[in-house]
Amino acid sequence: MSHIQTEPFVRITKRQDIKTAKAWLIRLISVVLALAVCGVVIYAMVKLNPIKVYAAMWKGAVGTPKRMLVTARDTVMLLCIGIGLAPAFKMRFWNIGAEGQILVGGIATAACMIYFGKTLPSWMLFAAMFVASMLAGALWSVVPAFFKARFKTNETLFTLMMNYVAIQLTSFFVAKWENPFGSNTVGIINQMTQAGWLPSLFGTQYMVNIILVLLLTVGMYVYLKYSKHGYEIAVVGESERTAKYVGINVQKVVVRTMSLSGAICGLAGFIAVAGSSHTISTSTAGGRGFTAIIVAWLAKFNTFVMILVSVLLVFLEKGAIQIASQFDLNDYASQMITGIILFFILGSEFFINYRLIFRHRKGGEAA
Amino acid sequence: MNVSETAIQMRDITKTFGSVVANDKVCLDIRRGEILSLLGENGSGKTTLMNILSGIYFPDEGEILVDGKEVKIRSPKHAYDLGIGMVHQHFKLVDVLTAAENIVLGLPGKGRLDMKAVGKRVLDISSQYGFEVDPEKKIYNMSVSQKQTVEIVKVLYRGADILILDEPTAVLTPQEADKLFAVLRNMRDDGKAIVIITHKLHEVEEISDRVAVMRRGQYVGGMMTAETNAREMTNMMVGRQVSLNIERHEPKNAETRLVIENLSVIDVDGVKKLDDVSFDARSGEVLGIAGISGCGQKELLEAIAGLQKVESGSIAYIHPDTKKAEELIGKNPKEITEMGVALSFVPEDRLGMGLVGNMDLADNMMLRSFRQGKSAFTDRKSPRNLAEQVVSDLEVVTPGVSTPVRKLSGGNVQKVLVGREISSVPRVLMTAYAVRGLDINSSYTIYDLINQQKEKGVAVIFVGEDLDVLLELCDRILVLCGGKVSGVVDARKINKHEVGMMMTRLGGGEVKQ
Repeated sequence: MSHIQTEPFVRITKRQDIKTAKAWLIRLISVVLALAVCGVVIYAMVKLNPIKVYAAMWKGAVGTPKRMLVTARDTVMLLCIGIGLAPAFKMRFWNIGAEGQILVGGIATAACMIYFGKTLPSWMLFAAMFVASMLAGALWSVVPAFFKARFKTNETLFTLMMNYVAIQLTSFFVAKWENPFGSNTVGIINQMTQAGWLPSLFGTQYMVNIILVLLLTVGMYVYLKYSKHGYEIAVVGESERTAKYVGINVQKVVVRTMSLSGAICGLAGFIAVAGSSHTISTSTAGGRGFTAIIVAWLAKFNTFVMILVSVLLVFLEKGAIQIASQFDLNDYASQMITGIILFFILGSEFFINYRLIFRHRKGGEAA
Repeated sequence: MNVSETAIQMRDITKTFGSVVANDKVCLDIRRGEILSLLGENGSGKTTLMNILSGIYFPDEGEILVDGKEVKIRSPKHAYDLGIGMVHQHFKLVDVLTAAENIVLGLPGKGRLDMKAVGKRVLDISSQYGFEVDPEKKIYNMSVSQKQTVEIVKVLYRGADILILDEPTAVLTPQEADKLFAVLRNMRDDGKAIVIITHKLHEVEEISDRVAVMRRGQYVGGMMTAETNAREMTNMMVGRQVSLNIERHEPKNAETRLVIENLSVIDVDGVKKLDDVSFDARSGEVLGIAGISGCGQKELLEAIAGLQKVESGSIAYIHPDTKKAEELIGKNPKEITEMGVALSFVPEDRLGMGLVGNMDLADNMMLRSFRQGKSAFTDRKSPRNLAEQVVSDLEVVTPGVSTPVRKLSGGNVQKVLVGREISSVPRVLMTAYAVRGLDINSSYTIYDLINQQKEKGVAVIFVGEDLDVLLELCDRILVLCGGKVSGVVDARKINKHEVGMMMTRLGGGEVKQ
């Protein structure tokens, strides 16, 4: 038996506490490192000047007022879904059904626009769309919540499967509302009357979307942090047994929180249909229901931090599209960049929670 | 055997966690053919030191010599190679595997596993030291004491001749503890080095040859057990004079407060956990509940608290002012509170049930009271004040009331929980294993709090595992055995062994078959 006489090369210890400033410094370093690695990868693979590529990304995302507006529009859409997911995930309810909840919210909105667009006065039409989208989203999330609370079914699988039902439902309505006939799309709804289109505000398109979502941001922050409901959500999420011990009705909290979560995701469908695309298709949600999970978790359910995360993700996405077209690269190149950056940002959490100690180096620092 | 050659020398071991110094230049010798008790309060660094020895932690500074040669213990496996094995407080066994399978789990071997040979070796080891273990038995069918036996055999199977046991008797009955001690003595006589970490001084006196005392991360001294006594050891541990007596006054104006009649509880697996249990609890009195772990104590308290579905029977609360009896069965904790029943419950699982580990002290204070008031928003101010009051009244050691509870030590967590539960001015206070894992100082703080409540006329129900404490603190003791009432006895007139017998056999009579 040979006894190794040396210390391990590197040891990992959990950090007790870390200053907020230091944590953010580590995150910042991770972004810088990510950009550096991306630069090397870009150069190695396509022999392009990374600085130019980054400049192109910047230009693509915020280069012109129009682009800035589109970036803002997509950011608030993602943020809205993230806000919707926050209470569910804070309760440790794995709601991966946002895609479906957005779609049914969008269908409800489109239905109102199509069937009541000519009959109802404008304010009533908006009220109907608003309420219908939230109800549809809530319905879509209450079903798995009810089964979870009542029969302890697995909410991850359940919400996921509800997505497929919603996609099929969307296909059905796309076929039903097909316009023009044979196009296999719904086309722009109410193109002539613009009934049910969210109006421009302060002369700027999408302003209503932005204001609506910012109100939600503040509202959800207050709800989670200061309300009795928010406290119950936190307790149920941390420990169901503690919740029962103090007499919290866990089933009720699960169903209530999930209807709220689904309602906000449904509202995201409303914003997508009434506030930006004015049409509905199976790609209305476009995977954002999943991306928003990253937003919610990275921000640790703090809705203000979610703004930052959403901006970053959408910025990367827009920049990536730009470099794809400008340098004649395909989409995959840009997705690689997004992937590398996300990897570093998620990885930085490790260095925030742990530190590495190298052999013979006392109190070694790593970031 | 009197040959005590030194097996391990630990020299100037220092280990820090962030700003906390868990071990500060600790020196300790462990000798073969000797049982060493490692004594110290919670957070004094005993477990950290032993974790360093068993390869779980790596020390920041210092050196370890095994048989005179310096070694760097890099991993638990490496520690095994050096003959060091540790039996942890929380068992690390796979429930669905058998004893033998657990024992060989993770060991290298040739392609085919010969379970017969493994079983034979397990039996050899067992008979050598006087264990009783069935290699074919699945872990989930085992009692706590049997699981512990498997853990010890696992360590021996790997060839360890230096054994570390972390609070091995915490979960055992006196009879089981005696058996364990007999085994440990056999191993010592076989020349093995044994370290046991414990809080219980009478066990130290009974089993160990030598004592090493730690306080706040430092080694404060060691002596031969024969040359010391409980008082001296306590004073060394705590660092000042401590009184080891629990006060017990005669109950004053005892009134019946809770009447439990023919209570039966069946758990989700259809096992009868409580069978026709009847007793009463009186104001101004401490009613102890004794029993082997898993004998229905948990179900009993949870049934009273409205957390456990009841099959049949009744639980009546006699209102102190109106003397009216109110049935508690079928009510949840919220409804019980709304009925005006002042019931407090300190559950066994502090961080999994009584408190939320990730929330700070102030937020944990709100758990019981957050619903008060009509506003949709929570009142943050009064819980914060209450937390500050609990911290100062009960001397909770914490950086502040905004610290997550899970970062506090066990004793301080318990003070926070008990502090919250008694802040609601209860008429019935139920505590489950209130001092489990707590050091002497914290334990006595808790006993004092319980006695204060008793003086105030609260009916206290105290589920305990340390019979010495039950006998000293309680007025009456209800003994449970397999979910049935084995007897209700006067704590002033019974001894430990009689209670121990009642715990293992209904009524405590001699076995006749």
